Amino acid sequence: MYRYDQYDHQIVKERIAQYRDQVRRRLSDELAEDEFRILRLQNGLYMQRHAYMLRIAVPYGLLASNQMRMFAHIARKYDRGYGHFTTRQNIQFNWINLEESPDILAELATVEMHAIQTSGNCIRNTTSDELAGVAADEIIDPRPYAEIIREWSTFHPEFAYLPRKFKIAINGAVEDRAATAVHDIGLHVIKNEQGEVGFRVMVGGGMGRTPILGSVICEFLPWQHVMTYLEAILRVYNQYGRRDNIYKARIKILVKAIGIDEYRRQVEQEWQDIKDGPGTLTQEELNRVAAYFTMPAYETLPPTDAAFEQKKAEDKAFGNWLKRNVKAHKVPGYAAVVLSLKKTGLPPGDATDKQLDFMADLADKYSFGELRVTHEQNVVLSDVKISDLYTVWQEAKCQGLATPNIGLLTDIICCPGGDFCSLANAKSIPIAEAIAERFDNLDFQHDIGDIELNISGCINACGHHHVGNIGILGVDKDGAEWYQVSLGGAQGNKAAIGKIIGPSFSAHQMPTVIERVLQVYVRDRIEDERFIDTVQRVGVAPFKEHVYATPIKAAQATGEDAYA
Amino acid sequence: MRNLIKDKAVVGEDDWTLLRLKAEIPEGTEGAEPQAADKPETVAVPAGKVIVPLAVWQAQKSTLQSRNDVGVWFASDERPEALKDDVANLPIIAVDFPKFADGRGYSIAYNLRARHGYTGELRAVGDVLRDQLFYMQRVGFNSFAVRADRDVNDALKGLSDFSETYQQSWDRKNPLFRRVDRQAAAPK
Repeated sequence: MYRYDQYDHQIVKERIAQYRDQVRRRLSDELAEDEFRILRLQNGLYMQRHAYMLRIAVPYGLLASNQMRMFAHIARKYDRGYGHFTTRQNIQFNWINLEESPDILAELATVEMHAIQTSGNCIRNTTSDELAGVAADEIIDPRPYAEIIREWSTFHPEFAYLPRKFKIAINGAVEDRAATAVHDIGLHVIKNEQGEVGFRVMVGGGMGRTPILGSVICEFLPWQHVMTYLEAILRVYNQYGRRDNIYKARIKILVKAIGIDEYRRQVEQEWQDIKDGPGTLTQEELNRVAAYFTMPAYETLPPTDAAFEQKKAEDKAFGNWLKRNVKAHKVPGYAAVVLSLKKTGLPPGDATDKQLDFMADLADKYSFGELRVTHEQNVVLSDVKISDLYTVWQEAKCQGLATPNIGLLTDIICCPGGDFCSLANAKSIPIAEAIAERFDNLDFQHDIGDIELNISGCINACGHHHVGNIGILGVDKDGAEWYQVSLGGAQGNKAAIGKIIGPSFSAHQMPTVIERVLQVYVRDRIEDERFIDTVQRVGVAPFKEHVYATPIKAAQATGEDAYA
Repeated sequence: MRNLIKDKAVVGEDDWTLLRLKAEIPEGTEGAEPQAADKPETVAVPAGKVIVPLAVWQAQKSTLQSRNDVGVWFASDERPEALKDDVANLPIIAVDFPKFADGRGYSIAYNLRARHGYTGELRAVGDVLRDQLFYMQRVGFNSFAVRADRDVNDALKGLSDFSETYQQSWDRKNPLFRRVDRQAAAPK
């Protein structure tokens, strides 16, 4: 993985000094809170309901074991013993003291990490495919480009005060595992007919209040031009994006307002000035960065292992885990393992200091010391020998990290919600927990199969509810918390925005709502049809009809409509 | 103007003044005398070194362009293209930051320099604070009218927050990877 050289170290060191001084000036009241807020946000420090939250960048989700151990250390020393992995492949700590935040950054710098631009109206951490470099369906490894974009976007002088936050995702495989269609810019590394490498560039995707899938602005951008083209896209947005209304300030609104063709025309016009200029990526620079992402020292192994095959046949629980949590690898004899942070009864994406240390140990023992954070809020060991899988499973199980539910009903994407976040209209974690408890039966989950259930506590959509096969959105109605359900959303190559099925529900009704939705699926599915395929085939109507057919008894609150 | 930094040094005060058009204050506004809005076509441009709004420049260009003591300032929603035929003759151009979170001025400055070839003094005015100065100088500003309630000597420190940068802008025409040899650090 990428390692800092003297320049990276120097820039991060100078940032810490700058930030430390900003904190000092705030504490001595030389800086007003209004001014300091914008500065601290650009450093990932966010005021939440109870305390400051610090969001630390995990560039394109890639972590070394010593970095994971640093998270454990921060959890113990500065927080309450746990951290929360986010849908943007970062980690956040919820109980941070302002006075200590510069020290945390100094500790992070010792393991080549920072919190730069993890919040605020600037270019955020670039996210990518958690299986980059190892996926069996990979076309081009996107990681060198992701790192090049990280460096280009870090402290870009022109784009630190954009109309709104700006998120870039990059994918280099057949399957889009980076949700590129719902990002401000989505990049697909591809090859053209001549075998040359370039990008298909999408712009203007997003979730939030106005979910929109990105539009293709360039079908094939040769790789040399990626930074100048991004610069042109950002320059148009910086000048013309709306600044009068925070809810209409994302690039998607601008693209929608003027149309993709006009946006493309303006970008091309900006680009003419800088195309082929000094910002053009060179082969030397690409080689320099790509040299950090070479393959680890894989052994030459047979595609499988006799002892492994035997365990797989004998042990049903192990078999379940293999089926859900182990992914194909491009090197024979290896596999990628997903450690589930979705154990029933715990907030999705949370890990304790002990678990963080343990994952680091596992990576050192079995996976070349590297880990990846997924945007579904799990952690991947990308290079595990098939002959080690049984041992890894047993060890992970002891730490509560082997729930065989990846891609299943209880692998819920969930934002921190009203328990922590001051933006939230409603709690989201208790909803996730109640649903996970209701459907804790693994045989049932495996029977339901692939399904994505995403929960956001407000319209900002940090829990990606728009692209959940089942999406749950917390809404505020007369001061009470309600939940709106949508069906048919999807991420990946067939990205789609879900459709709302009807009036919202109280928290207590939610497990039953999900149960009824699943009853329709079980009733109407054809053979091996996945949930999403059934929804797309039969539409939302049969689900709506069944869910609202009879009142759902609410334990406490009552609903907003006659059914509740 | 006061509280001024120019070419990386505190110069304190200079004799440029900034002309702002008065907005209309309607009859009956609490705590204020009513006034009519200034019109770009008719507002009186005082003698002496003065920086006028773009709209005033455009409306009164025929008389103003014969003076060599008139500069122009941009509001953040105006476009640098508007001065493309004038940049060679203007002694100073300013860009207004109505609030420091409004980042449009950075792109205005960059394109004034990079696209339209402006080489004279480029001044940031308005909500100009220490923590923006590093970025501002990168995109082409060389003069800063720091907000009146702030210590200009403290603000000066903002210009040297970083000694190295990754990407090219107006101050450094080449990105880091074209300026230095980073190969040495890469693993074998």
